[in-house]
Amino acid sequence: MSLEIKHLHARVTATGAEILRGLDLTIEKGKVHAIMGPNGSGKSTLSKVLGGHPDYEVTEGEVLLDGVNILGMEPDQRSRAGVFLAFQYPMEIPGVSNANFIRAALQARLPEGEELEATDYYARLYEKMDMLEMDRKFTARSVNEGFSGGEKKRNEILQMLMLEPKYAILDETDSGLDIDALKIVSNGVNAMRSAERGFLVITHYQRLLDYIVPDIVHVLVGGRIEHTGGKELALELEAKGYDWIKDEVAQAAKA
Amino acid sequence: MSTELLEPIADQATQLNIDRTAGNFSYPESHAFDAGTGLTHATIDYISDVKNEPDWIREFRHKALDVFFSKPMPTHWASKDLENIIFQKIRYYLANGQKPTRSWEEVPDDVKRTFERLGIPEQERKFLAGVEAQFDSEAVYSNMKKALGDEGVIFVGSTEGLKEHPEIFRKWFGKVIPTGDNKFSALNAAVFSGGSFIYVPKGVKVKHPLQAYFRINAENFGQFERTLIIADEGSEVMYMEGCTAPKFETATLHSAVVELVAMKGAKLQYITVQNWSANVFNLVTKRAIAHEEAEVKWIDCNIGSRLTMKYPGVVLKGRKARGEVISIALAGDGQHQDTGAKMIHAADETTSNIVSKSISLGKGRSTYRGLVHIPKHLKGCRNNTECDALLINPTSRTDTYPAISVRGTGNACQHEASVSQISAEQIFYMQQRGLTKAQAMSLSVNGFVNDLVRQFPMEYSVELKRLIDLEMEGSVG
Repeated sequence: MSLEIKHLHARVTATGAEILRGLDLTIEKGKVHAIMGPNGSGKSTLSKVLGGHPDYEVTEGEVLLDGVNILGMEPDQRSRAGVFLAFQYPMEIPGVSNANFIRAALQARLPEGEELEATDYYARLYEKMDMLEMDRKFTARSVNEGFSGGEKKRNEILQMLMLEPKYAILDETDSGLDIDALKIVSNGVNAMRSAERGFLVITHYQRLLDYIVPDIVHVLVGGRIEHTGGKELALELEAKGYDWIKDEVAQAAKA
Repeated sequence: MSTELLEPIADQATQLNIDRTAGNFSYPESHAFDAGTGLTHATIDYISDVKNEPDWIREFRHKALDVFFSKPMPTHWASKDLENIIFQKIRYYLANGQKPTRSWEEVPDDVKRTFERLGIPEQERKFLAGVEAQFDSEAVYSNMKKALGDEGVIFVGSTEGLKEHPEIFRKWFGKVIPTGDNKFSALNAAVFSGGSFIYVPKGVKVKHPLQAYFRINAENFGQFERTLIIADEGSEVMYMEGCTAPKFETATLHSAVVELVAMKGAKLQYITVQNWSANVFNLVTKRAIAHEEAEVKWIDCNIGSRLTMKYPGVVLKGRKARGEVISIALAGDGQHQDTGAKMIHAADETTSNIVSKSISLGKGRSTYRGLVHIPKHLKGCRNNTECDALLINPTSRTDTYPAISVRGTGNACQHEASVSQISAEQIFYMQQRGLTKAQAMSLSVNGFVNDLVRQFPMEYSVELKRLIDLEMEGSVG
């Protein structure tokens, strides 16, 4: 079982600029993959394309979720099929309480006519919030409205814990987090690691990977995976930067 | 467009399966009394004869008709759509001549069927202190809990009010909103029929809401109810009204006048959930007088109609009086919700609050008009106005026309306005959590009005959310 990305090409719908240029990547259940890469290499685009963001258009390739192509699906269908995106910039939803929002998301996964049991729901919600050291007042506050950067990221992880996706894509979840918050968020993610779940952790910095230790590290350059290695690759990138990989790519292009 | 307003909330299954046209049905009409089509002084005499009214009312009506004829349509500032009302093609009075019964069993079968389909009288049993149901021109049912009657509370139709309680009725009738206030208040004064007359004696606090339900059943018809509510010193009362009509091919006119009087220290709340079908011109004048330390609150929700023009107002006549207008408008394709509020400060230390939220979707249009007047000689007056508009589609439209005149020292006024859109990013975010695009839209819209909806009584807030959900269906491409 895996989330299999095959030869994926995608461009910005409005401008036609191609961002992903033949990306191949297979995220197996039970594994944590990390993607690193310089600015503009297509990291965030990849997460949005997997989520089905309307600003991007897939021109070639496939994305198979446990064998089923999800590219024709609406974003909500993909979500219910088991793809979760932790946003780099989570959106605010004025007037909609966090508890109601998460409840609506869970309700959307139930068969028609079936109601979410409120007592169980709140018990679970509180348990996960405690894990993330989130104050109970966040249940009644509007989704992400007036949250600090760190609070928003915790809230993303809270939603992931509640929705229990098959595959979770974390887009620069470390940005905007201080070290304490980073530890808390990482604990939340690590608690979710299991043989039943695959992760794709997108990050610009190696720091996050000290806490969420990946099984495999990929380097994304120019819309393609150009290098793959173990967790030590992250340290190497931290020390040496990305230029050596860009050089490799340039060499390969010449040859 | 029309959806039944009073669906019992306990029945979840029915709610889920409900369709938006639930109010869109009619039964064949047979009226014993029909004033015919068109409007002349003979129409007035017909209505007065049928209702067997005292002479002073007949004269009042005739004078009002002349005022109506003399006033131009206010199209220099209001929608040109008003020109599509053909007054000579409307029927001004339709009734069967029966008196409103106190017993539901005695209501004629066809009318009973209509209201039962709309959830009455289940609602009455559940949470209301009294109900009046008006079918076309006249109330067919009017009932109030016996205990309230024993305390001296009066809750009857306007005709019964003016005949049986002239000493209270005449003192205030037409005083809050004079005949010549505007063209449509004059029209109402000329041909009014139905509506409620309520008197709450000194110190009596009516715990449960009183409710009126207005139903138009006939085509080419105009409904002109007239409501007068007097809350005597230190009393409290909440009144709610709901309305539906079937969707006919031709335009229907609803033009009501509602006058409220809150005596010293009284508290009066008036709640409207307007869900007329999309062929109804809804042109209503609503105003209150608040005496010393009295509080008047209008909660006004407009979801239906083709064109609504309605600006509930409070004349703050006594020291420390307080006025409030909370309004929600939802304008879909072919609808124009032209709503707002008026606050006339006429005494020291009076305060007023206006919160208006509108949602325009498709080609819908919402307009906010606000008037706040605090003259120079007053001291310690305050007004707060917030008006927020939400646009769903690129074709949706909103306009804001605030008129604020605050003079003198020590008076304060605060005005905030915003126009926002639900962004594609917000919808994507919500969809990524598993909500469909329509669910995401509905949730966002409900979030936008959430703080206001919470001010409605439970039964109505649940209903409102459901109505908004229904209206949002199909608004996303």
